[in-house]
Amino acid sequence: MLKIKEHTSETPSTKTIRFYEWLDAVPGQFVMVWVPGVDEFPMSVSYSGNSFGITYQIVGDGTRALSEKKPGERIGIRGPYGRGFSLSGKRLLFVAGGLGMAPIAPLIDQAASRGCSIDLVIGARSAKELLFERRVTRAGAKVHISTDDGTKGFKGFASDLADSVVGNRRLSHIFTCGPEKMIVKVMDIATRKRIPMQASLERMMKCGIGVCDSCAIDGRHVCRDGPVFSLKELKSFDDLGRTKLDQAGRKVPI
Amino acid sequence: MTHLEVEVCGLRLKNPTMLASGVFDETGKSMLAVAKAGAGAIVTKSIGMEPRPGHPNPSVVELEHGLLNAMGLPNPGIKLYASEIKEAKKGGVPVIGSVFGGTEEEIAELARLVVEAGADAVELNLSCPHAKGYGAEIGSSPEAVESICKLAKRRTKGPVFAKLTPNTPSIADLARAAERGGADGIVAINTLKGMAIDTDAKMPILGNKIGGLSGPAVKPVGVRCVFEIYEAVRIPVVGVGGIVTGRDAIEYIMAGASAVQIGTAVWSEGPIVFSKVCKEISKFMKDNQYQTVKEIVGVAHPGKR
Repeated sequence: MLKIKEHTSETPSTKTIRFYEWLDAVPGQFVMVWVPGVDEFPMSVSYSGNSFGITYQIVGDGTRALSEKKPGERIGIRGPYGRGFSLSGKRLLFVAGGLGMAPIAPLIDQAASRGCSIDLVIGARSAKELLFERRVTRAGAKVHISTDDGTKGFKGFASDLADSVVGNRRLSHIFTCGPEKMIVKVMDIATRKRIPMQASLERMMKCGIGVCDSCAIDGRHVCRDGPVFSLKELKSFDDLGRTKLDQAGRKVPI
Repeated sequence: MTHLEVEVCGLRLKNPTMLASGVFDETGKSMLAVAKAGAGAIVTKSIGMEPRPGHPNPSVVELEHGLLNAMGLPNPGIKLYASEIKEAKKGGVPVIGSVFGGTEEEIAELARLVVEAGADAVELNLSCPHAKGYGAEIGSSPEAVESICKLAKRRTKGPVFAKLTPNTPSIADLARAAERGGADGIVAINTLKGMAIDTDAKMPILGNKIGGLSGPAVKPVGVRCVFEIYEAVRIPVVGVGGIVTGRDAIEYIMAGASAVQIGTAVWSEGPIVFSKVCKEISKFMKDNQYQTVKEIVGVAHPGKR
């Protein structure tokens, strides 16, 4: 169990927990977070290295219990797990929807330290829900904003904004994380413009280590083979953007 | 020339390794991937009548020599799972349908239904250590084991395996009971009942508190159980528990197993473990002048060498 160093609100619905420990996580990798007596669930590492951190949204009993933990209290962490993003190329586009910014932000930090040209499309419900906007602007990213309600930037889907940002530019790679429907649309752009792409997927996970098959997608495991997959892999998934498994292993529509 | 093919209860396997129940087998495509990776047969997740979400997380604890798990028999129910079995069958290797239930009647009916759904045989999960009212709670009594096997055999045409629990004073008694009930084969062992406590949280880690221990830590227990069962019954035994290498598999086969199952090592080594174990078995056979796996079965027993 690790002691909480800081617990802060990022937006009205998201919070970040920083720990005292060092964790070497590749952007896109996740940890299993245990709130004793309540639940255990996967979360993206949003700050790697010194005083590593996780960023989350309150979506159920487990995350609500987590949100009440104070600095000095301890929670269980195991990991990092999975295959993260593999940074490549110099002219990069990042597309993040909602909490999808959690793994994208440390990836942008990495890209900035390598001197890449960085364009970022962030999509959020409203201006208040834009995650890590200041962090990535400081890192040197050119930020393009879309909101569902038009309270800031482009009103509409992040994927539509991404399409116009790409335009006729020659980009070397697209990195994306967010709702699966958004990822499918970004795949369309990448395919049309012949740009290599990686996306981080989110599925219900139980073991987090590739045993239980709960996060299976077409014979692969999001927890171990992913969560980051290449465009070629993403295209081979019939379930992508259509169905996912519930707790009992039933296929349910996304 | 060495041959890895084995025949177990009428099932023809291209090699003696099977995927153990509970790993990589909630979906047909994952089972298919394991078949393609070289497993000689696939055992499905344990399936019940109705969809079941399983225990709350945490459901696994990683240990130095194995895994502790309390998944809690999550499954979509036989009706929905039928299509997963069909998908798994595309792998071209036998698919064994694992079933669990709360009553003899339910288990026997599920045995019929999985075979109807396309399974080549049935594995009765009489041994899950962490689901109240199911598995080991039923399967620790020889009388219950006998009558479940009897009823299941009456309901289905497919071969019936009884998967037994090591959490019992005498697994040989359970095996004898299964044989009396008409089971075609025995699978041993299921996981050992265990617990892990987090000393900071001062409470058991697993959501269900109690779980099942698997992996290299349990191998000596499994080998001993197979050895005892082999002496107690005439029906074939399938050995499972902690197999990572070809030598581990050979150990089980020498104890009396006609085939083996691999579960935890699919996690630690990846699905490639099946072809790796087979290669190592082949090499052992070549080095020791064995032509068939059958020649090795039970050689560790006095008078069998």
